[in-house]
Amino acid sequence: MTETARQITSDGDGFILADEDRQAIEHERDHYEQPQAACIEALKIVQRRHGWVPDAAIPVIAEVLGIGPASVEGVATFYSLIFRQPVGRHVILVCDSSSCFLNDYDELLEALSARLGIGLGQTTEDGRFTLLPVCCLGACDRGPALMVDDDTYGPVAPDDVATLLEGYA
Amino acid sequence: MSVSRYRSQLRQSAAERRAETHPLTWRLGEDGAMVGLGEYLDKDGYVAARKVLNHQSPDDVVATMKDANVRGRGGAGFSAGMKWSLTMKGQDIPRGYLVCNADEMEPGTFKDRLLLEQLPHLLIEGMIIGGYANHSRFGYIFLRGEYVEAARALARAIDEARAAGWLGNDIADSGYDFDIALHTGAGRYICGEETALINSLEGNRANPRAKPPFPGQSGAWGKPTVVNNVETFCNAPAVMLHGARWYQDLSGELSNDGGTKLYGVSGKVAMPGLWELPIGTSGSELLERAGGMRDGRALKAWLPGGGSTGFLLPEHLDAPLDFDTIGELGSRMGTGLLTVVNEDQSVLSLVRNLEQFFARESCGWCTPCRDGLPWTVKILQALEHGEGERGDLEMLDKLGGDLGPGKTFCAHAPGAAMPLQSALKYFREEFERGVVHPPRAAHADPIPVGVV
Repeated sequence: MTETARQITSDGDGFILADEDRQAIEHERDHYEQPQAACIEALKIVQRRHGWVPDAAIPVIAEVLGIGPASVEGVATFYSLIFRQPVGRHVILVCDSSSCFLNDYDELLEALSARLGIGLGQTTEDGRFTLLPVCCLGACDRGPALMVDDDTYGPVAPDDVATLLEGYA
Repeated sequence: MSVSRYRSQLRQSAAERRAETHPLTWRLGEDGAMVGLGEYLDKDGYVAARKVLNHQSPDDVVATMKDANVRGRGGAGFSAGMKWSLTMKGQDIPRGYLVCNADEMEPGTFKDRLLLEQLPHLLIEGMIIGGYANHSRFGYIFLRGEYVEAARALARAIDEARAAGWLGNDIADSGYDFDIALHTGAGRYICGEETALINSLEGNRANPRAKPPFPGQSGAWGKPTVVNNVETFCNAPAVMLHGARWYQDLSGELSNDGGTKLYGVSGKVAMPGLWELPIGTSGSELLERAGGMRDGRALKAWLPGGGSTGFLLPEHLDAPLDFDTIGELGSRMGTGLLTVVNEDQSVLSLVRNLEQFFARESCGWCTPCRDGLPWTVKILQALEHGEGERGDLEMLDKLGGDLGPGKTFCAHAPGAAMPLQSALKYFREEFERGVVHPPRAAHADPIPVGVV
């Protein structure tokens, strides 16, 4: 590590909020009566750029919104779609709710795990995929369903998994 | 081999859907495309809003909603008109907020998605009417983060509506100002609970709030706030245009509730899907429309409206699906989207799946829910593996009661108790089969079974 890098690390752990993101957060803030309300959106803005929300981003977001870091941290640890550790380039959300469960979700999960070599909550070694469970995706008429990033698929048969994942490099 | 992208779809031909009988979906074509502003205007879009804003008082609107008996389509079935009549309004009361609950996450429910993706202007028009009736200055659509396609459609529709003067200041030269912002969530089923939703909207953890005060008295940022489900708002334009009597008549003799309902069926049926039908339509008709059970398997049980409703049996299929009737059968209509279980499927395993869902999604605010649900899951897992102990069923009975109404801060745990208690009632032998002696591994981690 270079001397400069070490200085940045000690001074805010190296997290730098992009100007564009700062502006986006400030824009969101104006939609509400109080700045706290933009907190979830701010976390999502940071996550869109970095893939996840590092600890060091919390005080920076708090500063932009003019609220305490604990108010941001409390929110960041509550919501399931805010990731607090690095995730893969693509996040797979597998619906594990009742209708998908009744439509052989177990077999789909098994096929995904076998193909990726990971279980729920894990990331592949090459950093390509993270596999997570998700609440009913509202695709029950086409279960079992899953999302890869912003795309929803269903029904997904175990045999479809390989082809499906090929589309995400 | 190809996997298809999911697209929300109504399983009813355009020919079957008419303005007089299908107020929610008659504007939809067969292609599943979003109805944009131009098409919406061509099909009587915003006519109801113009009529209301220029010719009716907010009190008139509330009275019509009450007379029509539009009951909350999010699952609770509370009269929307009654809710609107309880909102604090007046010269010295600040104008508050109107919030659309588009946080659809109830297991087995995929109805609001259709309206959001394909009829966003209908929702906006319903919200303008609701905003006017409730003296609101601003509306939020609280949309679950995973509904990406719905977010696109809503963002486009809000822009279109604003550009055409249907949102903003002095809507339709009426002097009424109202605008809408889209608020997308970041997961957690509990955000669908009305007061937890308000906390989430304010950027806090989605813990529910004590009631009273009700949101209509003190909601978002302490101002009067009205929260309604997507489908509820989408009913408002037709009610205002055609009147309460017409709306009541849509359900005819089938039900005391008015209007139509987006009903659906999922599970192992031949053609799972979604239909707009008069409220009070029976489960057997829905099952028939869904082509019956898949692979000739028999129906064993069904959930009438999501994971937080109680199981019913095949013998209950002929009952009208409305809030009162299904309530009298010991369940709840909930969202009105049926989940069916066939004879090969284990109710015990399904209940374990449901309770795992509720345990994971508990916000952790109150003890019965935070601790009772994981405890329930452990017992169910033990029973599922044939490792249950004597006393486990009695403990589940007790947990079901302790998670019930009045014992917890919000309706999350009582919702979880419904499928559990009804499964224990109707399918007790499935649970009993999981009890063996001597106890095995499942109880190595000591669970204080039978000693409370």
